[in-house]
Amino acid sequence: MTGQLNWFKGGILLGLVFLFAVVLVKPIGVSTQFVILDGVIWNIFSQELIEESADSKTGYSSKNAYLNKSGGKYAKNVAHPLNYSFVFVVSMILGAFLSAKTKGPNPTELDRVAPEVWRTKFGEQGLKRYIATFTGGVLVLFGARLAGGCTSGHMMSGMMQTSISGYLFALGAFLAAVPIAVIMFGRK
Amino acid sequence: MDIILAIILGSLFGFALHRVGATNPQIIINMLRLADLHLIKVILFAIAISSALLFTGLAIGLINPAHLSVKTSYWGVLVGGVILGIGWALAGYCPGTGVAAIGDGRKDAIFFAVGGLCGAYIYMLVYSKFKGSVLLEKILGGKVTLAATPNESFGAIITGIPGVVVALIVALALGVIAWKLPSKSS
Repeated sequence: MTGQLNWFKGGILLGLVFLFAVVLVKPIGVSTQFVILDGVIWNIFSQELIEESADSKTGYSSKNAYLNKSGGKYAKNVAHPLNYSFVFVVSMILGAFLSAKTKGPNPTELDRVAPEVWRTKFGEQGLKRYIATFTGGVLVLFGARLAGGCTSGHMMSGMMQTSISGYLFALGAFLAAVPIAVIMFGRK
Repeated sequence: MDIILAIILGSLFGFALHRVGATNPQIIINMLRLADLHLIKVILFAIAISSALLFTGLAIGLINPAHLSVKTSYWGVLVGGVILGIGWALAGYCPGTGVAAIGDGRKDAIFFAVGGLCGAYIYMLVYSKFKGSVLLEKILGGKVTLAATPNESFGAIITGIPGVVVALIVALALGVIAWKLPSKSS
């Protein structure tokens, strides 16, 4: 179990994690928690973003239409961020850290700024890479929220349940990502 | 109890993503430019294993069908997938792997996560404009699966054949693709 796992062992490990999650609690999802953290930060600066409301299904409402949707589901989680889904995502950082410390694959100092495939093409300069990953982050989370989920929630958890939305999402994501990656980084 | 489960399962997920190389943007980019298909083999095999066990567990009553959560199908899923795909190729991170990569000490992942917070915030601000548009219009009735599940809230495309049979056939197909795909392209 040291270093990077081959596809067979890795597939079993990752598959079992997705299975355990749905057996014990619910399917894994990540991208919603970016909205919750945004809400938590926004809530610090605004007194009236989240309100307790007897009329809403969850008991919370928001002046923001997105936080207010589905009976104030997100509004409630912003008011109480110490819930399952949010703690789950924060714990992922811990899990990757533990893997790195227990003989998992380890990046070099240069890798921690930009992967080799990037450095070969665009150089070692950090700023360029950081602007790219920041921009990538904007697109990825905007897209994930429009889609209602990301690679974890739609593609993995979705296709595990044979959800049509999972296939639809995977189609869109690869349809865009493969040509862009080939254009940016070349085939070889 | 919920919080303890969240810490255990979240850590396990971060651990698994790291161990299969998914937190490494090099491996994501190499998958997307079709130079090294290692990770797509992992993903397809993981889906095959989890799906086969999930539907078997549901069929024999070992797994509570109320735990299922099928997302709605609408045009925005496809369009959002495309937008996500562009950023995915650019950064080499998706939301889950980007978060986990912070635990790997990757600085570019921190910028990705901050960008992600901005992207999600922009969506929060424009969501009311999308409401009622064709983008959020349901496809095939919305929450629908290929294989029938015992959860009545979700529709199924293939009826008449038990869901577990359909799911096992799909899982077998994904498993065979995972097995047959070459790791490195020649």
